[in-house]
Amino acid sequence: MMADKPDALLKVKDMPAGFQAKAGSTVEFKTGDWRSSRPVLDREKCIYCGFCYIYCPDGVYQDQGPEEKWYKADLDFCKGCGVCANECPKKCIEMVLEEV
Amino acid sequence: MRAADVPYEKITAKTFPKGPDSLASGHRACQGCGEVLALRLLLKSLGTDFIAVSATGCMEVCTSTFPQSSWRVPWLHVAFENAAAVASGVEQACQVLRKKGKLPDKRIPVVAVAGDGGTADIGLQALSGALERYHQDFIYVCLDNEAYMNTGIQRSSATPFGASTTTSPAGSHSKGQHTWKKNMPAIAAAHGIPYVATASPAFHLDLMNKIRRAAAIEGPAYLHVYAPCPTGWRMKPELAVESSRLVVNSRIFPLYEVLDGHYVLNRKVDNPIPITDYLKQQGRFRHLKPEDIEIIQARVNQEYENIVKLSEAFPV
Amino acid sequence: MAVKPIGIEVSLAVAEAVKLCDTDVVAAYPITPQTHIVEHLSELVADGELNAAYIPVESEHSAMSSCIGSSAAGARTFTATSSQGLALMNEMIYIAPVLRTPIVLAVANRALSAPINIWNDHSDIMSVRDAGWIAVFAENGQEALDLTIMSFRIGEHPAVRLPVSLNIDGFTLSHFIEPIIIPEKEKVTAFLPPNVTDLKLDIAKPISIGLLANPETYTEIRKATDDILLASKDTIVEVFAEFKKAFGREYNLVETYRTEDAEIILLTMGSISETAMTAVDEMREAGEKVGVVRIRLWRPFPVAELKAALAKAKTVAVIDRHMVMGVPNGPVGLEVKSLLYGAPNAPKVFNYVLGLGGRDVKRSDFKTIVARSKSNDVQKSFEIVGVYE
Repeated sequence: MMADKPDALLKVKDMPAGFQAKAGSTVEFKTGDWRSSRPVLDREKCIYCGFCYIYCPDGVYQDQGPEEKWYKADLDFCKGCGVCANECPKKCIEMVLEEV
Repeated sequence: MRAADVPYEKITAKTFPKGPDSLASGHRACQGCGEVLALRLLLKSLGTDFIAVSATGCMEVCTSTFPQSSWRVPWLHVAFENAAAVASGVEQACQVLRKKGKLPDKRIPVVAVAGDGGTADIGLQALSGALERYHQDFIYVCLDNEAYMNTGIQRSSATPFGASTTTSPAGSHSKGQHTWKKNMPAIAAAHGIPYVATASPAFHLDLMNKIRRAAAIEGPAYLHVYAPCPTGWRMKPELAVESSRLVVNSRIFPLYEVLDGHYVLNRKVDNPIPITDYLKQQGRFRHLKPEDIEIIQARVNQEYENIVKLSEAFPV
Repeated sequence: MAVKPIGIEVSLAVAEAVKLCDTDVVAAYPITPQTHIVEHLSELVADGELNAAYIPVESEHSAMSSCIGSSAAGARTFTATSSQGLALMNEMIYIAPVLRTPIVLAVANRALSAPINIWNDHSDIMSVRDAGWIAVFAENGQEALDLTIMSFRIGEHPAVRLPVSLNIDGFTLSHFIEPIIIPEKEKVTAFLPPNVTDLKLDIAKPISIGLLANPETYTEIRKATDDILLASKDTIVEVFAEFKKAFGREYNLVETYRTEDAEIILLTMGSISETAMTAVDEMREAGEKVGVVRIRLWRPFPVAELKAALAKAKTVAVIDRHMVMGVPNGPVGLEVKSLLYGAPNAPKVFNYVLGLGGRDVKRSDFKTIVARSKSNDVQKSFEIVGVYE
């Protein structure tokens, strides 16, 4: 007979002491699939003000370095809240519905 | 040294830190959570050389589902009502271990983070004790989303007058919350601590510099941070930052500092926007009638005026 | 040269032991009858004799919260409480073991309200017996001091890392002045290694402690803690042996007194054991085959050691200092019955509650108990001794 799939994630013996967790390890937990719409940036209009980077609750935007004057959204984590689009002073971010 | 004279490295638009966040992505905060945004900016401002203690609440559960954690700094959560007491223990441990040469001889800020329920209600005693004991490297941050959001939007003593929550619902015999918001910054300031400040994530440099100032000053600091909650306020998620701007520009939530009892109004709002611009974005105020709004407006005027008067009577 | 005993109040001796252990942080709140311990500690800090942070917290809840924070930051941490104080700590008491914070907590045992009563029984510690702490009971002042030192060594042991409660009967032990040997500082330092762990808040190696666990991890986290607690018994035995080597005083998980041929055994915990032994001496004179078994280690429960100690008895009279409401047994009585259930030739178990809220425990009480335990009436296997009905 097949054993039931365990309901547990970790065996007792593999439990880290004090059930501690590694710092910053939620990067393994991708929240991008919560999203129903994605931010699309018009780089022509972008003035590199950084508000999308600053105001993103999920820390999705990444600086592309001094040569590349824009911030790239890491869609692995973007929940599609639209704060970036709302705060963009040039209105160059559009929230576009994800296709299902 | 007077708290107002303690030097600290200010962040400007040009020196905004671009490195990795101290709060990692992959946390489970709701879409458009203003609270996690405020937390992210506060932690980013401090960098990595500090220890964080969380009270139970939204920010704790959304960042720490075992076996993963969003915190890139040493982090401890124990329970709901005791973040200030836990942080006291961490702070005193660091002080004594430093004194005994078991830790490098440098200050380690200990930052306790709690919500409004964990601060103004169940955690008030522990907070008062910690502020009174005058811990040198102790910063307490209240992220105020004005209700018990983690348990399902129940009213707290920080819920504003008129807000409908699941335990202060608007109804034919109720206007929603019928009490005024507890004035936590004033309660903190009454302990005679060197630094109290209010902040709002829309004014991100102000917010980030306040926690730096709190870390630089020796003695306990209390930061009261406005934290929009689209889920609990029945508001569109994209409005988190906008609402945290309107709340200041309508004079509902003045940005100020109290340094050794001296008041600084950081943002003078000479031409306030009508409070309805702020209230109408949020479903929790939808039931309010013009006469209710008049009552709220009068209170807002009075409280803002109080801060103005304090800043004139007790300038830095 | 052997160190000579000095006359000292037991509470002060415990505080002196905390000093000898170079404790880093003490967080405490006053409550009778524990106060002499923390008063003396704050004096030692004030006089520079103990280089520690003394946190005068605003409640016992905050005392234990601060201790968890301090211990998680890597500091050797001590606190003390009694009764309502322990009850107020209750929420934190259940958290400390699972976070693996090796705090040492001295409990000057006192009755729980209501009615409010400042005197001795074991109802305070019994209310948290299942929380995951190591728990030891001292019989006399020397034990209280020695067990304080050993509690740090046991709790902070790399294989253990659990909090330890040291139980001292309030007033009847805590406030007695007894001849006690205060060990030399160098010997304590040699016996007690520094408190070293990777499981701590360290900015050089950040980790997260105290996470949320969902149904797929909660059971395993609890079981992992219980496994550590059960396994700590081996470390405790080892530490007792090393203590004997270093200081010459012998400690066992369970102590026996005149049990070799005893038919009736009085099973005790804490300071009443001394009265029980005196009563046994008198009953022996009168030809009764009685003895005393004393539980020193209450948690983890010393199953094998207790079974061995009770193996030859016909009858065990378990003495409880706490009344469990709603069930005709005391907590120790329940454990012993469970331990002996189904065992071949198991002795009969009688369970007696006495000495509640500071009511004097007399030699004659033990004689009454022995007389009652000769009964074969199972219906009479539980009794509150001396209750005026």
